[in-house]
Amino acid sequence: MIGQLVDGVSWLLLLAGAAFVIIGAFGMLRFPDFYTRLHPAGLTDTMGAGLILLGLLLQTGAAIVAIKLLIIAVFLLFTSPTSSHATARAALAAGLRPWQNHNAGGGEPGKDSGT
Amino acid sequence: MQDRGAVAGRNNQDGVRLGYRPVVHGIGLCLALAACWLLLSGHFQILLLSLGAASVAFCVWIAMRMDLIDHEGVPMQITWAGLRYVPWLLWEIVKANIDVAQRVLSPSLTITPRMFDALSSQKTDLGQVLYANSITLTPGTVAVDLRPGVIQVHALNDGAAEGILDGEMDRRVAAVEVRQ
Repeated sequence: MIGQLVDGVSWLLLLAGAAFVIIGAFGMLRFPDFYTRLHPAGLTDTMGAGLILLGLLLQTGAAIVAIKLLIIAVFLLFTSPTSSHATARAALAAGLRPWQNHNAGGGEPGKDSGT
Repeated sequence: MQDRGAVAGRNNQDGVRLGYRPVVHGIGLCLALAACWLLLSGHFQILLLSLGAASVAFCVWIAMRMDLIDHEGVPMQITWAGLRYVPWLLWEIVKANIDVAQRVLSPSLTITPRMFDALSSQKTDLGQVLYANSITLTPGTVAVDLRPGVIQVHALNDGAAEGILDGEMDRRVAAVEVRQ
């Protein structure tokens, strides 16, 4: 009974994680420029990977496997922002201008805080 | 180059202020590596334990040669405060995830991206990096550039930008850094 409950929760987490990965991929296709596409990519790294790891955590019987999954989660928390920052900074250094939403009254055209 | 010099100067002060003790940091690194090795291997035979001890000693020796054993390479001084910060950060990440997912799925494009400078009140480089990584880890905001005291942020919409500008994350990271 408990086993079935854990299995069900685990499947819910896995499906929710997969949904976040798909939404992240969809956002990367849909959003207009490089900088805005970084944000949905973050969905895949954080909730997508996190929920899938939680779901897998409930599937493992052995503590040693659970610890490895937790260590993967910790590594992701350090590496994914570092790589996002590196790509964004490279784009800024290369002179890529951020897209602005003029229809919704975003910022003033052609003006940003970039140096 | 002037900035770089200022940062390096700040580093030395950090070292003094945080009570830089190479032996303590070295022992901390040994313990962390040993725990990591035991948890990843799960074997407790004499042969494998001694191989593990040898690899820990080798790694610490390399780290010493590379001059990595200090308050930045082995940030023991923020361990407990850092662990208390993590649950708050994870909850922020969950909220931001749901917001960005809604914007991705909404039929009309509800994003108003902008670039802005956020002030960071952390006193150490480590604290500022922690703050910048927290910003990037939260979907909807990405830290694009880092200067002493200022982080340039790209935000997906006004709400995400205000979430950074209200300064709560800045305060919490500064609290992690100060506490020892």
